[in-house]
Amino acid sequence: MAVVWKEKQLEAEGRGKERASLFQPPCKRASRVNICVGAVMLLAIAALAVISALSIVSPPNAMDIRARLVPPSKEHLLGTDHFGRDLFSRVAYGGRVALKVGLGSTVMAALLGVSLGGWAGYRGGWWDETIMRIVDGLMAFPGVLFAIMLVTVLGPGMKNTILAIGFANLPLFARITRASFLSARNTLYVEAARALGARPRHIVWRHVFPNSIGPIVVQATVTCSTAILTEASLSYLGLGIQPPYPSWGRMLKEAQPYMGRAPWLVLVPGLAVFFTVIALNLLGDGLRDWLDPNTR
Amino acid sequence: MQYLSRRTAALLVTLVIACTITFVVFHIIPGDPALLMLGTEADPEVLTGLRQELGLDLPLHVQYLNWLKAVLAGDLGFSTRLKRPVAGLIGERLPVTISLAVLSMLLTLVISIPAGAYAATHHGQPIDYIIVFASQIGMAIPHFWLGILLILLFSMYWKVLPPGGFVQWSADPWKAFLSLVLPAFALATHRVASLTRITRASMLDALTQDYIRTGQSKGLPKLSLIYKHALKNSLMPIVTVAGMQFASLLAGSIVAEEVFALPGLGRLLLQAIGYRDLPLVQGIALFIAIVVVLVNFVTDILYMILDPRVRYK
Repeated sequence: MAVVWKEKQLEAEGRGKERASLFQPPCKRASRVNICVGAVMLLAIAALAVISALSIVSPPNAMDIRARLVPPSKEHLLGTDHFGRDLFSRVAYGGRVALKVGLGSTVMAALLGVSLGGWAGYRGGWWDETIMRIVDGLMAFPGVLFAIMLVTVLGPGMKNTILAIGFANLPLFARITRASFLSARNTLYVEAARALGARPRHIVWRHVFPNSIGPIVVQATVTCSTAILTEASLSYLGLGIQPPYPSWGRMLKEAQPYMGRAPWLVLVPGLAVFFTVIALNLLGDGLRDWLDPNTR
Repeated sequence: MQYLSRRTAALLVTLVIACTITFVVFHIIPGDPALLMLGTEADPEVLTGLRQELGLDLPLHVQYLNWLKAVLAGDLGFSTRLKRPVAGLIGERLPVTISLAVLSMLLTLVISIPAGAYAATHHGQPIDYIIVFASQIGMAIPHFWLGILLILLFSMYWKVLPPGGFVQWSADPWKAFLSLVLPAFALATHRVASLTRITRASMLDALTQDYIRTGQSKGLPKLSLIYKHALKNSLMPIVTVAGMQFASLLAGSIVAEEVFALPGLGRLLLQAIGYRDLPLVQGIALFIAIVVVLVNFVTDILYMILDPRVRYK
C-alpha cells in the first residue's frame, strides 16, 4: 500500500507533468473545493480524537462481558467487540493514535529530510553526491519494509512506530528539498541577492527556503496519509501499537475471527482509515494545484 | 552505451549502499543482536555461544566486510531458528509471492490502461468524472481492509472463493489460481487507481499534440489514432510507474499474505520476526531491497529502449 511512494515522489518532484494536468485545466476553484472538503473531513477525525481525549465516551478498554458482539444500538452506537468493549470509544481512541503517529512521523520525516536535502542542495559537490546516494539506498526499501525492519530492532510501541515510519519517509523530503534548492540556484532572484552582496546563509533562509516550502507542504500531507496507512498495516501485523490500546489496524486484526457474526467490527475501523486517508489525499491534491503557479 | 554504463555504475553503488543500510540497521541500532534474539534473561553461556555463531565477537568493520563478502557470493546468511541457509528458505517461499505479484500486476495493467485511455478520450464527460472519482477512492482504500471485506463477501457470504491458504501450483493449478484471485485483487486496487490516473493524464497530454491533429485531418480511424499513436507516445510515464509498482508489490504483499494466510515471502518474514530470528529477517529485507533496485534498473533500461532521446542525455 504505502509502498507506492516512488510514484508519489515522481508526482511531487514536479516530474509529474502527468499529475498537473489531471484536472485540465487545473483551476483555483476546484483546488479550493478539494482543500475545504479535505479539511472538514480531517476536522471530523480530530473531533473524534478530542472526544476520546476528554473521556466524553466510555474508556476504550472498559469491558462488559454481558454485552459481547452487540450490534450497533442506542446504547452502543457502533456495537461492541468480542470483549464487550464499546466500538465507538475504541475507534475514537484509534483516531487519536492515528493522528499522533501521522503527525509525529511526518514532522520527524520533514525535519530530517529537509535538513539533509537542503544541505545536499546547498553545499553541492561531494556532500550532495554522498547524501543523495544514501537516500537512493534508502529508497530501495519500500516504506512498509523499512518500517518493519526498524520496528523489529527497536521493538513495538507508539514511540518506536513514530520513529520507524518517520525515518522510512525521510528520503522523499530530502529529494524534493534538494530539487527545489537546485532549481532555485539558477533563478534571477538568487542572482540578484548575490549581486547585492547577500551572504549564502541569508540567501538560503530568506530566499531559497521560502520558495521551496510549497512542495514540502504538499509532500507533508501525502506523507501523513502514507504514515497513517503504514501505522495501520504495522498494527495489523502486530508490530505497531500494542494491546490493549486500540489502533485501527489492530482492531481489524482482532475482529477478523468474528467478522462473520459481527461484520461491523471489520467495517468501522477500516472505514475510519479510508476516511482519514481520503481526507488527506484531497487536501494534498488541492494544495498541490493551489500552490502551482500554472494554475489559474 | 554511455548511458547504460553510467546506469550500471549507479546500480552497483546503490546495491552496496542498500547492503550497508541493512547491516547498519541490524547491527548498530539495537546494541546487541544476540541479547535481542534471546531476551534479557538468557543464559550468559548461550549468549556467548550465539555471539560466536553470528560472529558478533569480532570488530564491527570485520563483521561488515565478512558479511558483505558473503552477500556478494550469494550467501544471505543462516537462519538461527530454522537452522537452514536463508537463501534456500527464500527460494522455497518465492514462487507464491512472485505469482501473486505477477497476477496483480497483470490485473493492474489490463484494467488501468484501457480505463485511463477511455477517460482521456472522453475528457469532461460523465464517464471521465466517474473514473477519476473511482480512482480517488481506490487510492485511499487500505488493501488489507479490502482483503478482509473480499473474504467476508466472496468466501463467507457467497462461498465462491477460498478465504485463504494456498494450494501448490504442482498439486492443482486451478485451485492455486483461485486462492490467489482475492489477494491479487486486493493488492491491485491501489495500483489500478494510480496507474489509471497516470495513463489518463499522459494520454490527455498526448491527445493535444500536433501529430494527433495531423492524423485526424488525414482521416485516420479514431481507434488507430488513439491506441496506435496517442497511447504509444504516452507509454513513458506508464512504464516507469508500472515498474515501480511491480517492485513495490514484493513488499506490499507482506500484509496481504498475512490477511490471506499465503505461505509466501512476507509470511516468512513475519515468522522470522516472531521467532526473533534476526539473520532471517535481515536476509529477507536485503533480498527484497536488491530485487527492488534491480527492477528499477530494468525499468530504466526499458525507458531507454522506448525513448531514444534518453540515450543522448
